[in-house]
Amino acid sequence: MTEVFSTIAFYVFGLVAVGGAVGMISSRRLVHSALFLVASFLGVAAIFLLARADFLAVVQLLIYAGAIMILMLFAIMLTPGQVERRRPGQWAQRLAAGLVSVAFLGVAGYTLLATRWPVAAGQPEQPTTETIGRVLLSSYVLPFEMASVLLLAAMVGAILIARED
Amino acid sequence: MVLTLNHYLLLGAVLFSIGLYGALARRNAVAILMSIELMFNGVNVTLLGFSHFVDSAVPLLGQIFAIFIITVAAAEAAVGLAIIVAIYRDRKTVEVDEIDLMKW
Repeated sequence: MTEVFSTIAFYVFGLVAVGGAVGMISSRRLVHSALFLVASFLGVAAIFLLARADFLAVVQLLIYAGAIMILMLFAIMLTPGQVERRRPGQWAQRLAAGLVSVAFLGVAGYTLLATRWPVAAGQPEQPTTETIGRVLLSSYVLPFEMASVLLLAAMVGAILIARED
Repeated sequence: MVLTLNHYLLLGAVLFSIGLYGALARRNAVAILMSIELMFNGVNVTLLGFSHFVDSAVPLLGQIFAIFIITVAAAEAAVGLAIIVAIYRDRKTVEVDEIDLMKW
């Protein structure tokens, strides 16, 4: 029963994620694009919960739906062109982009589905935060520290690039 | 009706492809950055699916990878948007086909 329920929930939230993504790329007003993208991020966060990734789902909400979207909205407000204009020659670019992405979807989908993955029974339901913290600060402590250096460099760089001089 | 690994893999591939289309077809630089965030999300869904369904020596390895991807995505968004604001100040446009100073 719970399995049927989680499958239905997967389809519902997957539809939210894909629908938000389609709305994002097809709406010409940038603010609408950003709102559709938030819907897509929320759907993906629910999908994370269904994969028993409670910590990642909360991080997704905080970082993507919160912080990154605020940054995007600031960039939309600070720049012009909030409605994309139609132009001659646009359809050729769209056609080429569509062909490339459909070809990618075909190749990636076929490869992913044709490979035999060593599937195990799904993990038991338990909080993941403790395990993630232990692994991050033991086996992956060097990448963890590199990530903090990267964030510092990105922060300094962003201030330096965007500053008026 | 049981959730399998293929559900996650297909959803991730579909999200990635939609983001790829947006990154190639949109002209506004902010919209391209948003499409790239969507592609990151597709990759994260795939990694979470692997983390849930495939055995590994390190527990929750896929989730650790996803955390690093989110970190790099945040750094990329901050620097990318700063570059867009700087380009707008210099060239008064953020349409990528009008930013052609270094185009051959």
